[in-house]
Amino acid sequence: MSEPTEDSVRAEVSAWLNANWKPEYGLVEWRLKLCESGWGAPHWPRQWYGRGLPVKFNSVVDEEFARIGAVGVAKAGIRTLAAATILEHGTDLHKEKFLKRILTGEDTWCQLFSEPGSGSDMAGAVTRADKQGNKWVINGQKVWTTSAHKAHWGLLLARANWDVPKHKGLAYFVLDMKQPGVQVHPLRQMNNHASFNQVFFTDAIVEPEFLVSDVGDGWTVATTTLMHERRGADGLRTWAQATGKTGRIYDEERAEIATTMEPYKWYPQRAGRVDLVMQRARETGKINDPVIRQEIAKLLSLSKAAEWTARRARAAQDQGKPQGPEGSLGKLVSSHVARQAARVHTYLTGSDALLSGADSPMEGVIAEILVSVPATSIAGGTDEIQRNIISERVLKMPKETSVDTAKPFKDVPRNITAS
Amino acid sequence: MRFSFSAEQDEFRTSLRRALEARSTTKDVRRLMATEQGFDRESWKKLNQEMGLTAVHIPEAYGGGGFGYGELGIVLEEMGRNLLCAPFFSTAVLATTALLNAGTEDQKKALLPGIAAGDVTATFAFSEDSGLNDAASVAMTATPSGGSYKLDGAKSFVLDGHTADLIVVLARKPGSKGEDGLSFFTVDGKAPGLERRLLKTMDETRKLARLTFKGVEAKLLGGEGKAAAPFARTRQQVIVCLANEMVGGAERLREDALDYVKMRMQFGRSIASFQTTKNKAADMLVDVEMAKSTAYYAAAALDEGDSDLAAVASLAKAMASEAYLQTAIHAVQMHGGIGFTWDNDTHLWFKRAKSSEILFGDANHHRELMMQAWA
Repeated sequence: MSEPTEDSVRAEVSAWLNANWKPEYGLVEWRLKLCESGWGAPHWPRQWYGRGLPVKFNSVVDEEFARIGAVGVAKAGIRTLAAATILEHGTDLHKEKFLKRILTGEDTWCQLFSEPGSGSDMAGAVTRADKQGNKWVINGQKVWTTSAHKAHWGLLLARANWDVPKHKGLAYFVLDMKQPGVQVHPLRQMNNHASFNQVFFTDAIVEPEFLVSDVGDGWTVATTTLMHERRGADGLRTWAQATGKTGRIYDEERAEIATTMEPYKWYPQRAGRVDLVMQRARETGKINDPVIRQEIAKLLSLSKAAEWTARRARAAQDQGKPQGPEGSLGKLVSSHVARQAARVHTYLTGSDALLSGADSPMEGVIAEILVSVPATSIAGGTDEIQRNIISERVLKMPKETSVDTAKPFKDVPRNITAS
Repeated sequence: MRFSFSAEQDEFRTSLRRALEARSTTKDVRRLMATEQGFDRESWKKLNQEMGLTAVHIPEAYGGGGFGYGELGIVLEEMGRNLLCAPFFSTAVLATTALLNAGTEDQKKALLPGIAAGDVTATFAFSEDSGLNDAASVAMTATPSGGSYKLDGAKSFVLDGHTADLIVVLARKPGSKGEDGLSFFTVDGKAPGLERRLLKTMDETRKLARLTFKGVEAKLLGGEGKAAAPFARTRQQVIVCLANEMVGGAERLREDALDYVKMRMQFGRSIASFQTTKNKAADMLVDVEMAKSTAYYAAAALDEGDSDLAAVASLAKAMASEAYLQTAIHAVQMHGGIGFTWDNDTHLWFKRAKSSEILFGDANHHRELMMQAWA
C-alpha cells in the first residue's frame, strides 16, 4: 500500500461519505457506522475504530465532513481525555468496553483529580483506595469536576499506598459514577454559575478490572491525561459547534452539544472579551478619554503580542525547529490579557459596573466579565505554577528544595481536610 | 504574514552574532563610548564591508544586497544585543530610509552606493530643540538661492550628527506651517556655516549632536514641499527598526541576569532556586518574548506592505520601550549591589534601554498613535 497523502485521504473519505452519509440516520446509529469505518477517529488504530492515519490528516477529514454536512463522532468534553488515556494505558477490556461508547456519545465522562486539599499539588491526593477482597473501596472527596452530575464514568486518581513517597502511592481507576457510594453536589462560583461539582465517595466500589495503572503508577497515567488536557484545552470546548441544519440527526447533535457546552458558557467572559472593547469605547464615548485610550492600547498590544507569540511558536513547529521559549508562555500571558481587559471594561462602564444582570450593560455580560476573570489565573494551572514551569523547564533554574517527595506520604504534613 | 525566520536568515544571524561577540566585547564598548567619535572608523568599515551590513536592505540597483526589513531587523537585533558602537542606525536606518523614501532615481543612484559600500556615513536630522518628532514641529527654514537652498535654524538629538559625512535634513519653506512646505535636503557634513556640537548623553553608546545651520548650502532631495508623506513613512520604518534593535538588547540583559543568579550563592543555596527569583525570571521571559513577537511582526509588516502598518509600528515601539526598560530594572535588581556599580556591565544596557525608550517617542506617545490608527 502506498503512503497516504492529503489528496488520497481526501478522496477516500469523500468517496466513503458520498456512499454512506444520510441525514436521516439517528445520531448513535450513524456514529456506529463511523466506528465501523474508522472515519470518526482516523488517527486511532484500525483495531480500535480508527484508520491508523497520522494525526495531521484529521483536519482534511474534518474538512470533508464539513463540506458534505456530515455529523462527526462525539468530541467535546472530558471523554476525549478518557479516550486518549485508555488508548495509551488501558487494557483490551477497557478499550472494548469504553471506546465505542465514547465515540457514539452514549457515555459521558468526568475527571476526578483535584481535591480540596490538593489543587496545584495534585500528587498530594488523599482520596483513599483500599483493597477489600478483590474490589477497591473508595473514600474521600474530589472537586472542580466538570459535568460530574451527568457523567457515567470518572477518571479517578486515588491513594492506594501511604507508606511510600507521594508520587509512588497513587492508582488510576475508571469509576462507575452511577452507584450509591458516589454523591455529586454542584459547586457555586463567585460569578454565580455552577459549572463544576464536588464529588463525595463513601465506600464507592471499583471492580478490580477497572484499575488502569499498576498501584503506584497512577501518577504516570494521570500525567498522560493532563498532557492531553493542556494540548487540547481549547479543543475540548470549541470543537463542538452545532450546524444550523434541520433534521433528526442535527437536532440530536445540537441537544448533545448544548448539554456538553453548558458549563463553559461563561468562558468567553473569563478571557476578558477583548473583542467588545472598541465597540464599548465608542458607545460610551470613553474613546475620547486620553487616560482610557492608553489603557485600551495596552490591552490591544498585549492581546496582539499574545496572538503573534502563539503564531511564532506554531510556525517554528511547522518548520520542524526545536520548541523555543515562546511556546510555553501562552497560559500566563492569557492571564495578563484577561486582567487588563477587566480593568478596561471597568473604566469604560463607570457606575454601571456597580450593577449586574438585567440592570447592567449588555444584559449582564460586562458584569460577568468582571467576576469571571479571576478564574483565568487559577484554572488549569495557576500563574504561580506556570512561572515555576517556565523557570524550571525553559530557563533551567533549580527546583525549590523539596520537603515532601522523599519520605512516606503518611508522614507529610497536609491540610486538615485530609481523611 | 511571516512568523518565522528561514534557514538562511538563521544562518546569517549566527555568523553575525559570532562576529559581533568577537569584535564588540564590553571592553570595546567601554573604550569606544568614552571617545568623542563614539566609534572606530577603520574597524567599523572593515566589519561593515565584510558582512555587507549597511548594504543589507538597499536595493541591488543602488549597490545594495536587496534584502528586506526581516534581514535588517536581524542585523539590528544582533547589534542591540552586543551594543555595537558604530554609526549603523544613523546611516543604514535613518539616512537610508529617508533617501529611499524621498529621493529621485538619480539621487538614489548617486547617494546610496557610497553608503552600501561602507564609504560614507550619514544621518537624518529632523528633531529640533523641542525633541518632538512630528512634521509640524520642524521650524528650520530653507530659502532658495541660485540653483540650491540655504538652511537656517537648529537641529538637535541628531544621531551621530557630529561625525556623519552626509546629513539628510528636514526643513520648511519660510512662512509655511504644519505638514505643508516641508522638504528634504542633503547637506555635506563639512559644509561651511554648519556647527556641530556633541551633546553629553546619559547613554554614552548612542552619540547625539546639536547642529546649528547658518546659511548652509543644501541640495533638495525629492520634490519640493512634498516631504510629509515620505517623512511619515520614514518614521514608521525607523521605529520598527529601533524596536528590533531593542529586543536584542533586552534578551541579552535577560540572559546575563539569569546566568548571574544561577551562579550567585546566598543562604547556602543558589539564589536561582528561590521562587521570588524564578518568578521574576519567568516574567522577564514573557516581556522579552512578547516584545520580540511584535518587533518581528512589524518588520514582516514592512516587507509585506501591511495596510495596518501605522498601528503595528507604534505597537512594536511601545512594547519594546516598556519591555526593554522593565528587563533592565529587573536585571539590575537580580544582580543586587554589584548591579549598581560602574564596573558591572548591566548599566551599559540599562542606559541603552532608557535612551531607546525615549528616542523617537515613548510608549505613551506610540500608544496614542496606535489608537489614532485604530479608533
